[in-house]
Amino acid sequence: MPKGNDIFLQNVSKVVVFIILAFALYLFFTGHGSPGGGFIAGLMTAGALLLLALSFDIETVRKVVPVDYKLLTAAGLLIALCTGTGALFFGEPFLKHAFGYFDLPLLGKTELHTALIFDLGVYLAVIGVTMTILLTIGEDN
Amino acid sequence: MSLLHLLTLSPFLIAALIPLLGKAVPRLHKGWFVAALSAALFTILLGYSADIRGGSPVIESFDWIPTLGISFTVYLDGLSLLFALLITGMGALVAVYSVAYMNPEEEDLTRFYILLLIFMGAMLGLVLSDNLLTLYGFWELTSVSSFLLIGYNHAKHRSRYGALKSLLITMTGGVGLLSGFILLYVMSGTYRIRELFEAGAPLVSEPLFLPAMLLILLGAFTKSAQYPFHIWLPDAMEAPTPVSAYLHSATMVKAGLYLVARLSPIFAGTSEWFWFVSLGGLVTLLYGSVGAVKQTDLKGILAYSTISQLGLIMCLLGLSSLAGVFDGEERLLYAAAGTAAVFHLLNHAAFKGALFMVAGIVDHEAGTRDIRKLGGLVQVMPVTFTISAFGALSMAGLPPFGGFLSKEMFLEAVIEPLHAGIFRLETWALLFPVIAWIASVFTFIYSALLVVRTFLGRRQEALSEAKIHEAPPLMLIPPALLAVLALALGLFPGLVAYSLIRPAAEAILPIVQASGERMPSDIKLWHGFTPALWMTVGIVATGTVLALTARRWIGLYSLFPPRLSINRLYDASLRFFERITVRVTSLYMNGSSRSYVKYILGFMLLVLGFILFNSTGITFRVGAYAQIAPYEWFILLGLTASALSVPFAKSRPVAIILTGAAGYLMTLMFVFLRAPDLALTQMVVESISVTLYLLCFYHLPKLRTERQAAKFRLPNFLVAVAVGVLVTLISLAVLGTNPFDPVSDYYVRESYESAGGKNIVNVILVDFRGFDTMLEIMVLGVASLGIYNMIKLRRKATDVGSRHVTHEGEEADDEAARLRKAQYGHDGPDAQPEDMPQSRTEGGEPDAER
Repeated sequence: MPKGNDIFLQNVSKVVVFIILAFALYLFFTGHGSPGGGFIAGLMTAGALLLLALSFDIETVRKVVPVDYKLLTAAGLLIALCTGTGALFFGEPFLKHAFGYFDLPLLGKTELHTALIFDLGVYLAVIGVTMTILLTIGEDN
Repeated sequence: MSLLHLLTLSPFLIAALIPLLGKAVPRLHKGWFVAALSAALFTILLGYSADIRGGSPVIESFDWIPTLGISFTVYLDGLSLLFALLITGMGALVAVYSVAYMNPEEEDLTRFYILLLIFMGAMLGLVLSDNLLTLYGFWELTSVSSFLLIGYNHAKHRSRYGALKSLLITMTGGVGLLSGFILLYVMSGTYRIRELFEAGAPLVSEPLFLPAMLLILLGAFTKSAQYPFHIWLPDAMEAPTPVSAYLHSATMVKAGLYLVARLSPIFAGTSEWFWFVSLGGLVTLLYGSVGAVKQTDLKGILAYSTISQLGLIMCLLGLSSLAGVFDGEERLLYAAAGTAAVFHLLNHAAFKGALFMVAGIVDHEAGTRDIRKLGGLVQVMPVTFTISAFGALSMAGLPPFGGFLSKEMFLEAVIEPLHAGIFRLETWALLFPVIAWIASVFTFIYSALLVVRTFLGRRQEALSEAKIHEAPPLMLIPPALLAVLALALGLFPGLVAYSLIRPAAEAILPIVQASGERMPSDIKLWHGFTPALWMTVGIVATGTVLALTARRWIGLYSLFPPRLSINRLYDASLRFFERITVRVTSLYMNGSSRSYVKYILGFMLLVLGFILFNSTGITFRVGAYAQIAPYEWFILLGLTASALSVPFAKSRPVAIILTGAAGYLMTLMFVFLRAPDLALTQMVVESISVTLYLLCFYHLPKLRTERQAAKFRLPNFLVAVAVGVLVTLISLAVLGTNPFDPVSDYYVRESYESAGGKNIVNVILVDFRGFDTMLEIMVLGVASLGIYNMIKLRRKATDVGSRHVTHEGEEADDEAARLRKAQYGHDGPDAQPEDMPQSRTEGGEPDAER
């Protein structure tokens, strides 16, 4: 992958990356109630990192986010699997979710849902998969 | 979720934690974790024995995938308890032994113990599940973990050959087993073993009964290394010795026996079951014991001996099925074979476990397992000698060891069919005592040779110079315990007769208990001058003579033509199938992605076209659609324009950007159609895939302009046009046809009420169809790892692997190297042992150093 040296792109993306990441987080948390969810949020996050890689280079991404994305995939899968298995401990079938409404400080009445944990697994797995593929192909000479 | 469930799954849990535990206490050998877990499980299980003995099995259940009738039901009765105790008890001993055997500096212990724990968990699950499908799942998991453990030294060709062989054979059986289970389900409508027992007699008259039985037996026979599927077991001896002692003598190979015993209540009483099981066992018994005599490798002898002993137990299980045919006194006579089977199972675990561990000790201390090079070790290893003497005496069936008792019971059981007079036994019953006697003579011979040639006699020169000494105590304690157990089972059989053996035997033959009797289980050391005792006297006399003169007649074995061996058949068929596969695959896998696209689209055309053509009630309501707004026209025009201009693009980036434009216009379309989720996903996917395309195309050579005009290819043209037409037709038909009630109503109704979410799309993804999502991200993960492997771990040459190693070849590695050279023109990765690992770390873990 060529090393980028576009000043405008680099300076703009320094700001835009955070906007995208914040939007991705918003999409992730709002997923159960309005459009969004782990899958889209994961792709969006990967897109932000990709923008970073395009405007700077892959080294920068590795330095800024020093994560082994293969492990991230594995962690995501494990979280999804554990959420499913967790239901078994309460005598429920595999992957049965539970939810409830709680009164939390600052947030007010909030719905807490085990599906969100499952979605976190999806989120991490999607980031891991996308970034593994992109970085592997991008780094290849 | 109950204690029993937790108990079954705990090995998997510890397996996941092993790497962390190893880091937390780096100085402790990881084997201790396994030993501690196994010992704890053993103790807990022992606590259940009082209940089981009282005749009340423990049953705990929870639904796993209720819609498919799959539940994870744990059922603990006598038979399961015996096996579970065997698995955990042997597991603890083997783990302790392996602490001394496996050197933490040279071996990859984390991998070893994780695999061992996975195996233990799978085995526990296998013997405790009451649902045939979960049983099958655990069954295959034992095959897989055994495969990985045999191939533990994966740099060795012989290990890989042995691993692949065991996997191919046991998995073939596994497929048979699954089909058999499904046939049982078709007949009875249940996967629960307990419910199958209740379905009972009507099953026998079903036409599918015999196929189901044969398929299940195929699974059991391949797993338990019965003739002619036994060939994988000797090659499995490439595994580290603790593994051989644990998997390939005490536990995994007995899974087949467990299955036969467990399903006996369904099949017992039919002549096919009787003949297949007992005759299969009998042939294996003879074949194994005769084959063991000619082996020169200690573990080879033990492998063949294991085959033979498994055959013995299988034969006893077959004989016990006669109890289903008779009544009263006679029934008990035949049922005694069941007791004998269970008792011998226990004895075998004790003496064979001890002998395997001794083989490991000899290998460890003397550096060889070849009995031609050994001898005279008794002077330096007295304790090891005593242990192996105990084991061998029990194996040979001499008093006062446990093996003697169960061998006597076996001999009594093979005489019994002489009086049966059914299933054509009038003519053939004599086979049983005669073959059993011959096989026992050979068992005596190899037991004698095993001990005598290793420990007695003169020491070979090469060995006498080396400083051989007794093994460390940690390595001696587990086999010593087993040897003492082998003796104790003979002297005090009452210890286990009523607490363990009778409940287990009664689980095999519930019919006995149903008729108000108890299984005969009075096992006594002295039981009078019975015909069985006289047979034993004959065995010892003949065996002693033959063992002393062994060197004179051992040459007879070479008369057997090696061309006819089953191993040759296996090797040849493997090569044959490989050739066929290569030929067939190269017919359509020609490397041109253009033709792959053609195949994929062609297949889609066939299937979809067929369905569209054949289904009735399809209406094309042309003209009845919603109005297309003016701005939508713009988008459509743009879409068409960008799609059409892709083929005419002069450079790749332009083509990619045009494809991207089509995608983004589609996103806009989704927005107008009020599908925000779709639009969002489409937009992000489009952005990322355009970048991905750019990255990929960056690596491709420059696009050349062809001077001559492109050739017109009719097939490609036809496929392209047909796909276009078909997709248009389908999209038109979808709007006008509605053969089913839409499912969306259900989701609209339920997603807020029962799933607590307002976004139906997301609720479906993570909740209603969460299982799909989980598997999908798993597929994605595997795909990404595949890409990573393909690009980062590229090797200079593909290793041809162990498929070309034959069973006989001692110089397997040389042969494989020759083949590699012939195929690739150079030596491949093994030729540069210095270079390879280095380049692998460079390419493989780019972030490790940074």
